[in-house]
Amino acid sequence: MISKFITSFFKHIDSVLLACILFAMLVGLLVLYSASGQQFSRVSAQLINMSVALAVMWAVANLQPQHIERIAVPAYVIGVLLLLAVALFGDISHGARRWLNIGITKIQPSELLKLAVPIMLAWYFSKRESNLTVADFLIAGAILALPVLFIVKQPDLGTAMLVAASGFYVIFLAGLSWRFILGGIALIGALSPVFWSLLHDYQRRRIEILIDPTQDPLGSGYHIIQSTIAIGSGGVTGKGWLNGTQTQLDFLPERTTDFIFAVFGEEFGMIGNVMLLALFAIIIARGFYIASQAKNTFSRLLAGSIAMTFFTYCFVNMGMVSGILPVVGVPLPLISYGGTSMLTLGLSFGLLMSIQTHKKLVATG
Amino acid sequence: MAYSAELKNHQNEQHNFRVRLLIAGALALLAFCALGLRFYYLQINRYDYYHTLAESNRISIVPISPNRGLILDRNGVVLAHNFFVYTLEMTPSKITDLDTTIGDLAQLVEISPVDLKRFKKLKAQSHSFESIPIRTHLNEIEAAKFAVNRYRFPGVELKSRLYRHYPQGKLGTHAIGYISRINERDLKQLKDSNVISNYKGTDHVGKGGVEQAYESELHGITGFQQVEIDADGKAVRVLSSAAPTSGNNIVLSIDAKLQAIAEKAFGERRGAMVAIQPNTGEVLGFVSMPTFDPNLFVDGIDYENWNLLNNSLDKPLINRALKGIYPPGSTFKPFVALAGLEAGKREPPFSIQDSGYFTLPNSRHRYRDWKPSGHGSVDMRKAITISCDTFFYGLAMELGIERLAEFVKHFGFGQKTGIDIHGEVSGLMPTPEWKKKRFKQPWYMGETVIVGIGQGYTLVTPMQLAYATATLANQGTAIRPHMVNAVVNATTHVMTPIPHTVLDKIELKPQNLDIVKAGMVDVTLPGGTAVVVGANAGYNIAAKTGTAQVIGIKQNEKYNEHSINERHRDHALFIAYAPAEAPKIAIAVIVENGGHGGSAAGPIARKVMDYFLLGKEPIEEAPAVAKQPSTATTRPDGATMPETLLEEEQYD
Repeated sequence: MISKFITSFFKHIDSVLLACILFAMLVGLLVLYSASGQQFSRVSAQLINMSVALAVMWAVANLQPQHIERIAVPAYVIGVLLLLAVALFGDISHGARRWLNIGITKIQPSELLKLAVPIMLAWYFSKRESNLTVADFLIAGAILALPVLFIVKQPDLGTAMLVAASGFYVIFLAGLSWRFILGGIALIGALSPVFWSLLHDYQRRRIEILIDPTQDPLGSGYHIIQSTIAIGSGGVTGKGWLNGTQTQLDFLPERTTDFIFAVFGEEFGMIGNVMLLALFAIIIARGFYIASQAKNTFSRLLAGSIAMTFFTYCFVNMGMVSGILPVVGVPLPLISYGGTSMLTLGLSFGLLMSIQTHKKLVATG
Repeated sequence: MAYSAELKNHQNEQHNFRVRLLIAGALALLAFCALGLRFYYLQINRYDYYHTLAESNRISIVPISPNRGLILDRNGVVLAHNFFVYTLEMTPSKITDLDTTIGDLAQLVEISPVDLKRFKKLKAQSHSFESIPIRTHLNEIEAAKFAVNRYRFPGVELKSRLYRHYPQGKLGTHAIGYISRINERDLKQLKDSNVISNYKGTDHVGKGGVEQAYESELHGITGFQQVEIDADGKAVRVLSSAAPTSGNNIVLSIDAKLQAIAEKAFGERRGAMVAIQPNTGEVLGFVSMPTFDPNLFVDGIDYENWNLLNNSLDKPLINRALKGIYPPGSTFKPFVALAGLEAGKREPPFSIQDSGYFTLPNSRHRYRDWKPSGHGSVDMRKAITISCDTFFYGLAMELGIERLAEFVKHFGFGQKTGIDIHGEVSGLMPTPEWKKKRFKQPWYMGETVIVGIGQGYTLVTPMQLAYATATLANQGTAIRPHMVNAVVNATTHVMTPIPHTVLDKIELKPQNLDIVKAGMVDVTLPGGTAVVVGANAGYNIAAKTGTAQVIGIKQNEKYNEHSINERHRDHALFIAYAPAEAPKIAIAVIVENGGHGGSAAGPIARKVMDYFLLGKEPIEEAPAVAKQPSTATTRPDGATMPETLLEEEQYD
């Protein structure tokens, strides 16, 4: 009886993914405990975030992909309308308009678009199945560009980039011609000097600092200087859990959120870093596997995009903290403190599991 | 057949998808390998380096503040510059017993009660870990004395700092502004405008005038040194550094000599003067009297001086030229005259028979002329020359308030002029709409009548009055007034001139302009209200005098008898441009409680014009102020005197 219940409870859960996610969450809690100066309050708050994310994951995993397909258009339209509302009535904080006050609470609609955009595009391509023309890709490009331009305008370049990436992955996986891809790269390469010459001095300076933060050691460069020292001083084996000097001595800013990887790198060293990379690689590989086994266009495009987006988060965050990529506000998935990103991850993994476990019910073709 | 084609198609698609997936996976793998290599570089290759940095030493980023740009007048006279001085600074959080330390310090170098008071004030305003000056401007001997005894004073440091200095002292402070220590409010503003990282290591920020408005040009870019520090916080080694970039120099349109002549001409009197070059909008002189010494604010002003400035009845801290609002009085009449002529009213040979008063139809209330017996036959030109109230009462009524307000709006009445320093107020050009909003009352015809002579609700700033005069002198082409002529890049020495912006081109008939000009030129000739201003000038001056009545002292203010009398006197106003045929300078002068415009305010303008047009400097003389008691009648509408309207400066 009980075993039957357990079987049905876990019927739509992918065990490989679940194991990896739980392990990563455990690592995240340990690092957070160290990074927060050994405070339980942060850890327990994050525990709640994780529980909510897991519950959402379970619920979504139990949905059939067809149902998800049906909400593609409404979710996208609502998302774009909310972005429009933000542009018109949004609250301004730190010079950017990102939040929408809906009376009870404030929401950040751009977060919703991180999943709504790939779902919408996967739906679009699945409708146009097997007869994709140049026009289809142009329409898909427009579907992607509309919300991205809104988010760029807020301005929130980090999120815009991630939404653009998640949508681009769908278009790429749907078979966007190499001529377009290479042509696009060539065009950007050719136009960038022109664009550069049109900028004001101070705008150029801002981009230079974004690319090389060490030029602004009083501002954003400070983060990078301190985080590379933290990671580098970790050595092969790390200084051990709770023993990171840079971490414990308050040298590291934002060390529970975007820069938590520096804490991990300092305390667990090269060995820890490689193991964390491996763990993320397994999650990504599992996502690819689910995508390759998926039985219809919608499912495979969505699964592939989710896996690649997860990869993007990992790469951009670790690249930024270790000083090889510009500083953009991207959290490290499953490790960084924060409710919103955890919720988005729960939704994403739920979608992957739904695709994986409802295969047999889906009619082929 | 169809089925198998579809199946094949499907398989094809899945195959293509898997190829794409493989490519994506390969890219991801490559990216992770790159991360792995980066970790290898940081954690194995460069481990020793980072280990040393993290363990035995710490990295500290020391900001190097840039030199603030200079402020020069139009001829290159230095109005603000910097020089190095030794200061003795204390960090309260590093000192256990402040009073003892200060006592011991006083044995070595002189610490005056003023120093002590300033220190206490700054301490109350700062965080305990901030370094606060206890003594500034140490001489070499004092600096050496402290250096020898430094070991006895942990938490006390001898610093060589760049100090702002205003070599001209009180001259033009309201135009130049001053700098003072950054407070909480400034900090918030700097954060909001996203420049806070450029202010690390900077203690001061511009306040008022050009220092504030051109802060971003003057400040420069902060440099830094990345140094290794040992456990005691001493710098061991410089790892990298970037030199600061000096702020840009600012060349004003102000002529320091003209400014000095004008300020001197005011003597002890309160008031304001603005002089503008009509065809460029360059502000040549910008006077608000009394003025104050900006050098007092650089170190953090002490209580005594602050109280003296802040509580003075004369309110020296207020920028009267920009924020003082006064009824324009008869200086408003040329603009009403032009409004009338442009509307086709009062064109020559029209004239009125003035018997000393004006009445509205169906009313017996008499609006009196300043001359009880009346002026007899008066046409437009004469009305301006002798400042005939009766003439303008009737004209205003016929024009109607809406048409009048709309016309003078183009001359800047009720509008900000857009001058390039902060804090300008817009004065007031009343309309029925405004009155309804403000008082929820309808507009009365009688109120239109008195607007015709610049009374009633009408209020202007000296800046506005000068702008309107310059626009009139420029035949209706309104140019945005500006205080800064050029910005000079401190490193490349490239001079970027500030362009002249035409704000408005008012369509005016030349013959109408000629009538108004003729009337205004006659003002300074025998028979006019400012003969004394025109006497032996050697060039033609177009001018208009004005007198603004002052009523009511604030109920709760206790002035002594003498003071009340003096402050009850009329404000004297004077506008002028010259040479009348090809104007090079336009001026507005207001002398608070000065009496008559022609005799009190006019001579100030004359001295300025003599200097600017002829290069003549006034001969030393005792200020001749007409001290006759005012014959002011109480105003019917209860306009407020400027003191109650002026915005109070906040204690800094």
